[in-house]
Amino acid sequence: MSEQTKARSTADALRADDKKDAPAAAGGGPVGAVANWMDERTGSAKGISYLMKKVFPDHWSFMLGEIAMYSLVILLISGTFLTFWFVPSMGETVYNGPYVPLKGTQMSEAFASTVRISMDVKGGLLIRQIHHWSALIFVVSIALHMFRVFFTGAFRKPREINWIIGLLLAMLAMVEGFLGYSLPDDLLSGTGIRAMQGFILSIPVIGTYISYILFGGGFPGQDIIPRFFTLHVLLLPAILVGLFTAHIILVMVHKHTQYPGPGRTNKNVVGFPMMPVYAAKAGGFFFVVFGITALIAGLVSINPIWMYGPYEPTMITAGSQPDWYMGFADGALRLLPGFLEFNLFGKTWSFNIMIGAILMIPILWTIMGLYPFIEKWVTGDNEEHHILDRPRNRPTRTGLGMAAITFYGILFAACGNDIIAIKFHLSINDITRAFQIGLIVMPIIVFWVVKRMCLSLQRYDRDLVLHGRESGRLVRTAKGRFFEAHEDLDDYERWALVAYESPAPVDLESATDENGVRRKSARKDRLRARVSHYYFKDRVEPVTPMELASAHHDGQAGEQIESHPDEAESGHMHGGAEEIGAAHAYGHPSPHDKQD
Amino acid sequence: MSSLVARRRHPAAIAIVLLLGLIITGGLYAAFAPKNADAASSNTQTAAAGHKLFLSNCASCHGLDGAGGDGGPSLVGVGAAAVDFQVGTGRMPLANPGVQAERGKPQFNDKDTAALAAYVASLGEGPSVPSSSLTQGGGDIAKGGELFRVNCAMCHNFAGSGGALTRGKFAPNLMDVSGKHIYEAMLTGPQSMPVFNDSNLSAQDKKDIISFLQNVKAESSPGGWSMGNLGPVPEGLFAWTIGIGMLILIAVWLGKKAA
Repeated sequence: MSEQTKARSTADALRADDKKDAPAAAGGGPVGAVANWMDERTGSAKGISYLMKKVFPDHWSFMLGEIAMYSLVILLISGTFLTFWFVPSMGETVYNGPYVPLKGTQMSEAFASTVRISMDVKGGLLIRQIHHWSALIFVVSIALHMFRVFFTGAFRKPREINWIIGLLLAMLAMVEGFLGYSLPDDLLSGTGIRAMQGFILSIPVIGTYISYILFGGGFPGQDIIPRFFTLHVLLLPAILVGLFTAHIILVMVHKHTQYPGPGRTNKNVVGFPMMPVYAAKAGGFFFVVFGITALIAGLVSINPIWMYGPYEPTMITAGSQPDWYMGFADGALRLLPGFLEFNLFGKTWSFNIMIGAILMIPILWTIMGLYPFIEKWVTGDNEEHHILDRPRNRPTRTGLGMAAITFYGILFAACGNDIIAIKFHLSINDITRAFQIGLIVMPIIVFWVVKRMCLSLQRYDRDLVLHGRESGRLVRTAKGRFFEAHEDLDDYERWALVAYESPAPVDLESATDENGVRRKSARKDRLRARVSHYYFKDRVEPVTPMELASAHHDGQAGEQIESHPDEAESGHMHGGAEEIGAAHAYGHPSPHDKQD
Repeated sequence: MSSLVARRRHPAAIAIVLLLGLIITGGLYAAFAPKNADAASSNTQTAAAGHKLFLSNCASCHGLDGAGGDGGPSLVGVGAAAVDFQVGTGRMPLANPGVQAERGKPQFNDKDTAALAAYVASLGEGPSVPSSSLTQGGGDIAKGGELFRVNCAMCHNFAGSGGALTRGKFAPNLMDVSGKHIYEAMLTGPQSMPVFNDSNLSAQDKKDIISFLQNVKAESSPGGWSMGNLGPVPEGLFAWTIGIGMLILIAVWLGKKAA
C-alpha cells in the first residue's frame, strides 16, 4: 500500500468515527458552539481536525520554505498597498513634486507615481522597500529551500511532482520579480526592458515579430508598462499562488520528510502536531520574517529610483545590473564569447546573446526537472522515501549539486564583474576571462573535492561510531604508554551515523540470456551499469552491529575491520588502550563493563 | 590541565585564532607599511619658478621644454586647467606607471601648483582654471541631473559612484572630488575621459552638473543606508548574507527550541 492511499485511508478512518446526526456539542463552551455551527453548515470539522493533528518534524532547514511562503504573503500585502498609488502608464508628464533634484524633469506617469509613492505617500517608501527586499529574500529562500531538498534527497519518490512544481515556482518567482523591477520605468528598469528586448530580438526568424507583438510596435512604445503591470499583479501572482497551494497540499498528502534518527522510519513522522505547537511556531515565525524584512526595509535603501532618474533610451548608468535572481543569466551574457555572433545568409545570428538569455534557463530547468528521474533510473529504487539523506551519505549527488551551484555561482558573480573590477582594482577583462575558464574548470574541481569530502566525512562517522569521540583525557598506562581516552557515543547519537542506505553499484547482467541470445536491453543495461558505477563505486558502508560489537568488546580485534588496513595492523588508533580494559579506555563504560 | 587547553576544542576557538592572526597581520602591516615622504616645496609663484619646478619634477617624462618625451605626452596647449587637475588631485607627478594615473595625495601645495600651471599655460594657449563662481554649486540640480545621466552616468554611475572601464581602467568615484576639479576634468578630458568643451556642455551646464553631484553628496538617503549607491549588486549581496542570515539564525533558534 502506498503512503498516499494509506494517508487517505487514515483520513477515512477519522471520518468513520463521525456521528452523522450528532447533537450539538454539550462541552467545548462558546468556541465549541461556534465550531459546531460551522461544521453543521460546511462540514469543515473533519478537515480542520485532520490539519490540527497533522504532525510536522522540527529542523531549521525545514523553515527555509516557510520563509519563502511568508515572503509571498508579505509581497501580496505590500504589493496591494502599492497598487493604490502606482499608475501603470507610459503617458508623459512633468514632475512637479517636492523632490527638488527631479523638479521640471519630463518622465512617464509610471515613474512619477513611483516617486510619489516614495516621497509623498505616508509610509510609501517603507512599503516599497518592504516589497522589494521581500522579493529578494523570497527568491533567496526559494533557492536555499531547493538546495535543502536536493541535498537531502527529498525529491525522491513520492515527491518528484512536487520537485517540478517547486522548479516552476522558482522560475515564475524570477519572472515575476523581473516584471516588478521593470514597472517603475526608472533608468535601471528601462535598461532591463531594453536588454530583454535585445534577448527577444536574438531569437532567429521570429524574434523581431515577438518583440513587435510584445511592445505593440517599436521600443519602448506606450504599451509595455501597462502590459507588464497586468502580468505582474494579476496573471503571475494567480499562477504563483495556485502552484504554491498545490505544492503545500502535496506536502500534506505526502507527509513531511524527516531527518534520520532513533524512532524515525519511513512509516511515521516524529514531531509536534500543528495545533497548538506548530500554529504557534509557524505563526510566530511569520511575524519574525515580516519584522526582519520591515527592519531591513526601514534601515537599508533598495532601488532608489529617484536617484536613477526616469528612463530615456539615450541614457544608461555604469553598474546596470538586474536584481540578483536574474544575475546568472546576465552573467552568462557577459561570459559568452563574441564569436558566437556571425553573419550568414545576409542575416546576423546573435547566439552570443541567445544562448545565455533565451536558451539557458529552459535547459537548466529541464535538467533539474529530470534529475529525480535520472537518479531513480540509476538506483532502480522504487521505494518511497520519507527519511532524508545526510548529504555526506550520497557523495556523488552532493558533488553534482555543489558542481551545479558552482556553475551557477560563477555565472552569478560574472554579472557583477564591473563592480568587482572597481572594488578590487582589477581588470574587467582578466576577471571575465578568469570566470570563463572557471565556469568550465571549477565545477569539475568542486565535484571532485566535495565528493572526496563526503567520503572522508563518512569515514570520520565510521571512526566515531567504532571508536567514540576523543575526550581530551590523556591516560598513562602502567607500562608508561600514553593514549587519549575515547568517549563512546550514546545510542541516539550513533543511530544517525549508522542508519542509512548505501546503495551498491548495479552489476552488469550478462549481455546474452540463458540461450545465448543477445538481450534487447543489453545496451541500456550497460549504460545504466556505467552510470551506477559512476555514482556508487566509491562508497563507505555504514557500520554494521557486528562490526560495532567487535570494535567495542574485543579491543584489538576491532582494529581488524578498520577501513585502513595499515592503521589496523599497527594498532595505534588507541595507542596503548589495548593494555587496559574497555571500561577505562572509554569515558562512559557500558553497564556490562561496570560489572567487572 | 590549563583552562586554555581544555577549551581548544571549543567551537569559537578557530574563530578566535583567525581573528588573532588577522589582528597581528594587520597590525604589523600598519607598522611597517611605507609612508609618503614629504615632497619638497617652494613658495615662488611665477611661471619662472614654475619652470624650475617643472624641470625638477616633470621634465624627465614630459621633456625639458614640455613638448613631450618617451614617457609622457606634450603639454603644449593643455592649459592651466589640466595642470591644476592633474597636480591638484595628486595624479601627477605619476606615482607609478600603470593603466591609469590614480588619484593620490597632492605632492605640491596650492602656490606651487599654480606656478606649474602658469608655466605650462605659457607654453601654448589652453583652457584656464575656472572661476569659483562656476564651481561652487548653486545651479539647477534637476537639469544637472538630467545632463549627468545623459553624459556621465554610463561611466561614473547614476550617483557618481564610479564604474569599471576596460583593462583595469576605471571612471573614479566623484563624491569627494571638488567642484573645481570636476569642472577641469570636463574641460580637459583627462586619461580615458572625453572632453566636454563649452560648445558641448556650456559653462552653465557644467555648473548644473557640479550642483547635482554636490546635492547627491549632501542629501540624506531617504531609504536608509545607501550601500555605496552601486545598484543591485550590493542589494543582492545584502539579501544573501545579512538578510537571509538573520532569518536562518531565528530558524535555527526555533528548531532548537523543540529539542
